[in-house]
Amino acid sequence: MKEVKVLGPGCARCKATEEMVRVQAAKLGIQVKVEKVTDYAAIAGFGVASTPGIVVDGTVVHAGGLPKPEDVAKWLAA
Amino acid sequence: MNTFAGSRPDLREAPALWIGGTVLFVFAWFLLYRQLVPFSEWAVAHLPVDAGSHLGESVKFFIYDTPKVLMLLTLVVFGMGVVRSFFSPERTRALLAGRAEGFGNVAAAGLGVFTPFCSCSAVPLFVGFVSAGVPLGVTFSFLIAAPMVNEVALGLLFALLGWKVALTYLAFGLTLAIVAGWVIGRLHLEGWLEEWVRNVRATAVSLPQERLSIVDRLRAGVDAVKEIVGKVWLWIIAGIAAGAFIHGYVPNELLATIMGKDSWWSVPAAVLLGIPMYSNAAGIIPVVEALLGKGAALGTVLAFMMAVIALSFPEMVILRKVLTTKLIAVFIGVVGTGILGVGFLFNALFH
Repeated sequence: MKEVKVLGPGCARCKATEEMVRVQAAKLGIQVKVEKVTDYAAIAGFGVASTPGIVVDGTVVHAGGLPKPEDVAKWLAA
Repeated sequence: MNTFAGSRPDLREAPALWIGGTVLFVFAWFLLYRQLVPFSEWAVAHLPVDAGSHLGESVKFFIYDTPKVLMLLTLVVFGMGVVRSFFSPERTRALLAGRAEGFGNVAAAGLGVFTPFCSCSAVPLFVGFVSAGVPLGVTFSFLIAAPMVNEVALGLLFALLGWKVALTYLAFGLTLAIVAGWVIGRLHLEGWLEEWVRNVRATAVSLPQERLSIVDRLRAGVDAVKEIVGKVWLWIIAGIAAGAFIHGYVPNELLATIMGKDSWWSVPAAVLLGIPMYSNAAGIIPVVEALLGKGAALGTVLAFMMAVIALSFPEMVILRKVLTTKLIAVFIGVVGTGILGVGFLFNALFH
């Protein structure tokens, strides 16, 4: 079970990123627990300055802009 | 994912195709651009309106300006998208953290022009900067320069009003961001941040270094065009329509009186008028072009434009999440004063 956090205050891109994580996880057959982090203090606490950001099992793997679907798959599979 | 990787390289990733495509695109762009004037003349000549009438003048302005502005914007945004792939907010923050004021303000303003971030990132960005040890004044220099001297504004000014105006605007925008940030830093207003912001301690994150290929960078340019031009094209057409109306119908004397350089109060009036308006550079610059054509003074018009872009009310509402009302008031005061200065100076210079 992977724990994925999607960091973002709730703009369209953050929602798209969350959706992408779910879709890729389903494709790969990986069980994920997706959590949305909208609190600014928590986002800054991760050291991310540009949203959306992605945290997989406690490690920041992405910050700023829509990720590529194949990258998301790579992070989930790692 | 990589099923085809071994047997057949994906053509969509081929650098030669991307570079060739870009060169071809730029070439086609210039060919098309040179046809705009003959095309608009031809189109206007075949319209069922009298060329010399008010309506004729408006329609001509609209037919010529719409494709011109959209084409220029596409080219500038593409180029800027490629350049921006070299800067990320996280890298910018690392560059600015711990910098002394003074030099830090200059670097922040410069980086503000190039670092990409969407408006929904403004607050996380602000918190991220401050909590990582970037001085408050330096953070403000960045936050002022980023919207003020954006690629859209600069590209359009260059296209419509010439390089002198564009360059002077760039210089004054940067100076304003540097000085205003420095002043805010000198005032030592850290205590006027919202309390939770002061308490955030950021951990420096080291993202896996992504090596971007040339294809990635060109693609970043294409994405920027899709995103920015896709979002602002309606604003632009609305702006050009407003500009076309001014161009065709508003009498010269009226504007020369209200916005001319002889009426000293026109600059502060323009700033006050600009604050509650929410537009972006894309919508406002065609209006600027038309106003200037009608004898409005450059300083007054630029002050109006800067107020619209840098002091917009919705932006303040967003910033309210991290700044106390007092600090926002200081921000408006310092930036507003700077814009007034730029307005008066331009009116004096371009006499």
